[in-house]
Amino acid sequence: MDSRRILITGLSSPIAGRLAQMLEREPAVQAIIGIDTHDPRHELEHTEFVRTDTRHGLLARIVRAASIDTVIDTRLLADPLSVSPRDAREINVLGTRGLLEACSGPDSSVRKLIFKSSSRWYGHEPDAPAFCDEEMPRLHRPRSAIEHQVVEAENLLASFAARNPRSAVTVLRAAAAIGAEADNAHAALLTLPIVPSVLGFDPRWQFIHEDDLVAALAHLARHRLAGTYNAAADGVLALSEIVSLLGKSLLPVLPPWGAGFAASQLRRLGLRVPVELVRELRFGQGVDNRRLKASGFRYRYTTREAVLQLRAHQRLRPLLRSGAEPYHYEPTVEEFLRWSPSVHRPPATDGNAHDASSPVPSYGDLSEEEVIAVAASLDAHGLEQLRRYEAAHLSRAAVLTALDRRLGRER
Amino acid sequence: MPEDLTDESSGATVELAVGGAQPPRALVERQDLRDHLPGLEPDRRITDWGRSERVEGLVDRTLYDFLYHYWFRVEAEGVENVPGDGGALLVCNHGGALPPDGIMVAKAIRELHPRRRHVHLAVQRAFQQVPMLGMLLTKIGGVPAHPANIHRLLFDEQQLVLAFPEGRGATDKPLKERYRLRRFEDPTLIGAAVRARVPIVPVAVVGAEEAEPLFGRIRVLIRLPKLPVGPIVPLPAKFRIRFLEPISTDDLGATDEPLVRTLSEDIRALIQENVLELVAGRRSVWLG
Repeated sequence: MDSRRILITGLSSPIAGRLAQMLEREPAVQAIIGIDTHDPRHELEHTEFVRTDTRHGLLARIVRAASIDTVIDTRLLADPLSVSPRDAREINVLGTRGLLEACSGPDSSVRKLIFKSSSRWYGHEPDAPAFCDEEMPRLHRPRSAIEHQVVEAENLLASFAARNPRSAVTVLRAAAAIGAEADNAHAALLTLPIVPSVLGFDPRWQFIHEDDLVAALAHLARHRLAGTYNAAADGVLALSEIVSLLGKSLLPVLPPWGAGFAASQLRRLGLRVPVELVRELRFGQGVDNRRLKASGFRYRYTTREAVLQLRAHQRLRPLLRSGAEPYHYEPTVEEFLRWSPSVHRPPATDGNAHDASSPVPSYGDLSEEEVIAVAASLDAHGLEQLRRYEAAHLSRAAVLTALDRRLGRER
Repeated sequence: MPEDLTDESSGATVELAVGGAQPPRALVERQDLRDHLPGLEPDRRITDWGRSERVEGLVDRTLYDFLYHYWFRVEAEGVENVPGDGGALLVCNHGGALPPDGIMVAKAIRELHPRRRHVHLAVQRAFQQVPMLGMLLTKIGGVPAHPANIHRLLFDEQQLVLAFPEGRGATDKPLKERYRLRRFEDPTLIGAAVRARVPIVPVAVVGAEEAEPLFGRIRVLIRLPKLPVGPIVPLPAKFRIRFLEPISTDDLGATDEPLVRTLSEDIRALIQENVLELVAGRRSVWLG
């Protein structure tokens, strides 16, 4: 783990919130700063929240003052439902430009920039390959506003990467996320009791479970992986298959031609049918997720399993809604919890003393030989903890076998 | 470990994204990612390509069986030339309006080959946007003839792919030009096989052009490709299929374009020769 001081943008989104929670548990991370224009919706232990926007110069001051070395940008909105078209451009293009300005410059401390992009970059085309890969050139001009913005944002990233060779720039093209919290056009469509479709088409769709998306971003933060990576679960499902897994039925109400017009009529009736979704309902999309897997990442869910999870969440939602109070961000309370001397903090959450999860301080720095050397001085209990930690995080084969051998001798 | 894998590729990707000087796509050597293919999910009845076991099985048991055994009375020779395992590209002559030749070749392999291998049909990419037809072709095992798709099937998944490199030219020719192979419009298909280093099996088919003679092409809608018009019920011509000796591409080494073009020309000539031989050998179009 070479990232110690991390800036996360778009903190109030479910993905970024959970990413911050995950990174807080990393012993090597010294500081996490989250920015957004809305309050965070996840309870965070020591992530500091600053309510600001990426568009103006304030961000550069934050980056410099906190000597941020890693920026994880999760703001990009690829979902047409969550925002109006004009706001989307402000966020996706102008926001990205502002962020990159804040990170560039000869004296910039930023060494790693992780940008969550969207598989909408590939578009939804009838003549696209069945599995789009990262090297594929774009076939057509962008067909929708969102697609256009994704392409524009990635172009900004590419020129940033060319101008700043010292920073590793990673672009993660994520498929649509589904899960308990993700709220996007796909989730909205699949929540309907009867799912509308386009007559004569059964598109291939691919999702990513939100847990996997969070884990993929954390994986990129842990390693230094420059370049572009697709993030989508294994398995491309036909829409009919997805709908039958959810126990619903398809209704081909949209005609094969003029589906856009029909969608606008449905919109008039009060249904939210975004333009982007209509193309997706005809041609769908599949991406090749193998490059990310080759970098050592393991997906927890396949697309099918993610859809089954979604079904469980859909059925449980009415029950859960009446349950626990959702987390509410209250700046003064957060400040008190973080900084007041009266708050009793368990030693485990303090500085380097992450003993419960890692017996070795700043573990990510150590090479295989160093870990094995340190292991020689540990007792059986420590060894066991070290082995668990190594297996859970870096799982280097050489280290694991060496630890196993020492454990065997210890017993 | 993950670091070394990607550090070499990182520079390349950034360059590609910038869009500066870059080598032709086909020549970019890629990482071998075969170990990272998605695993099988036994509960699924539709593959990642969209082929539906249910739809295909149903059509196979009813329509294909009838056409193969009774309507076209298919006779095939040399099916042992189709490799029992590993990827291979089958290259076939093509003709007529909506010709049934590809389906019959695939059926012959399923009927006669000892391993009963499944064949993916490379279909014209333009069909994907035709409502119903595109969906149906996908469900019965058709794959859009994109070089990336063919490469993934041949190299990564080690499957059989049946391709018609004559492309749209084949279904455009009138009846009097039957059994004269058009120039291979799409040499990228042969190129994909060379890049994947899998053998190419040329296939000669006789009968399809009389079964579905082309009357003309009509434009249903401006944005769609013109649809070929033939008889609604294919005529009962006798089908003969000849699988030729596989051509190995292992020793070809680098895949440069002139080499692929020469190879395509050789394959075309070979199929043409065998098609003419089959045509010369039959006494009747309908009885063989």
